[in-house]
Amino acid sequence: MTDLKTVEIDLPASSDQLRRLELGNIVYLNGRVFTAREGVYKRAIEDGFGMPGSREGLGTVNFHCSPAGTVAPDGTSRLGAVSATASFRFVKWFDAWFKLSGCNIIIGKGGMTSDDYRRLFVPNGAIYLTTVGYGTGALLGRGIREVVDIHWVEELGMAQAVWVFDVKRFGPFIVESDFDGNSLFERENAKITSRIKELYQGTRPATLRRYGETDDKSEEVI
Amino acid sequence: MIVLESIVETAKNLMAKAAIEIPDDYLEGLRKCADRETGDLSAFVIKAMLENYDAAKEDRRAMCGDTGVPRWYVKYGNQASVEGGPVALEGALRSATADATTEIPLRPNRVHPLWRTDHNNNCGIFAPEIDYAFHPEGDWIDLTTVHKGGLFGTDYRMLFPGDGIEGIKRFYLDTLIAFGKRGLACQPAIVGIGLGGSKDMCSVLGKQASCLRIVGSRHPDPKVAALEEELKELGNTIGMGAMGFMGSSMVIDCHIEVGYCHTGGMPMSVHMFCLSSRRATARIHADGRVEYRTDPKWFSDYMRRSSVDWDMSHQVAAE
Repeated sequence: MTDLKTVEIDLPASSDQLRRLELGNIVYLNGRVFTAREGVYKRAIEDGFGMPGSREGLGTVNFHCSPAGTVAPDGTSRLGAVSATASFRFVKWFDAWFKLSGCNIIIGKGGMTSDDYRRLFVPNGAIYLTTVGYGTGALLGRGIREVVDIHWVEELGMAQAVWVFDVKRFGPFIVESDFDGNSLFERENAKITSRIKELYQGTRPATLRRYGETDDKSEEVI
Repeated sequence: MIVLESIVETAKNLMAKAAIEIPDDYLEGLRKCADRETGDLSAFVIKAMLENYDAAKEDRRAMCGDTGVPRWYVKYGNQASVEGGPVALEGALRSATADATTEIPLRPNRVHPLWRTDHNNNCGIFAPEIDYAFHPEGDWIDLTTVHKGGLFGTDYRMLFPGDGIEGIKRFYLDTLIAFGKRGLACQPAIVGIGLGGSKDMCSVLGKQASCLRIVGSRHPDPKVAALEEELKELGNTIGMGAMGFMGSSMVIDCHIEVGYCHTGGMPMSVHMFCLSSRRATARIHADGRVEYRTDPKWFSDYMRRSSVDWDMSHQVAAE
């Protein structure tokens, strides 16, 4: 196994730091991170509530995550594992979300398309980091030093609430989109697609077709 | 008589074991993948996962932040009797699921499909699922919990006899490639295939083949076993490894279960049990002994019987 380049970033990240990241770099983060997913996007954007805290309070790293944690009646919390959820489902909110949140790092599972990155991420100086595995939940849990705040538990439930973390050597993550909006996953997909034709020799399309079916294996389902 | 208190205690222990400890058979299978993997990104991912399993055990925290959908499989020996009957048993499994969610802790994953109501305890309408099987002899019950991921890597299709093995291979590759890209299926996975049955049984068989058989196990029909081997190899030659990065680590193992189906059809389902293949089993005996293990030993000759009657003389072989 060749050594992959590893980068540690103190948050908030500057544009210069993000510009230097290359697809496939391994990243660890120090500083402030907050979770937000569909419940938060809907409430903040569609329902007009805005952000649940200040930019300084929340930080500018949005993690697509809901942690395994509990909140006691006195408000104290206990955290176990944390893992990401698939990000492609959240694309429709991202134009408004970047403007509202000022985030420049999005962490999640599986990334988005390079079209999405060029249209939404590049104009906002943002990049995407993917979690590893997926499911290095215990390693990521170790990187969380403190639960600083939890917003909107009452309104959204624990899984959709905004958890604010202070993290130390939080990772590993892999750079999925760079400052120019290229996608690591798409680069890897292209390598695999070249072998697909040979792979499918000796197989047969199903007699009963489905609407919307494609035999172009370079396409994705996201 | 199996006392209820023992069931509650054992079920809570199983919830923690499943969530925290990767089963040995999966771990060994993943290490073999790691030895063969030449893709540097895919190899990095597997190395990180191996470190993650260690971190989970050391810290006694869940290996994955996504709880999946915790559920139960219960097998009754024919002579088993539970204090309070099956209703008390179901109550014990539901309360163990709820208590373990807070105590481990696990992320509360279960919500109403429309109103998104979350009880914060992984219980709700028809949740957790509890499935039953029976064994011709024994005064024990086997409890197995499985925490399988709930979003990606599953598909069903009605194929026909004329589609043949070539059609099976096509649908298998389609599913692996569709959900393997970007690693949505969290591979390398234990792929379970249901062939035949009615539509619901087809899905049940495929799901159970992925979650309730251990890596390295083979179907008793040698021709089905050979197909399992062939499909495993086929999946690993896609060129796709962990997270969809170029590599060879897609399928840890492939398990097929077959069931009799409509004479005109050949339904097929595909399921993938992920990098956090969470399962744990315990046998509770009538005398109070509890034995923990990671092999559910779910499928038996009795369950796979094809004749009208079950000849009790077969029961030794079934054990």
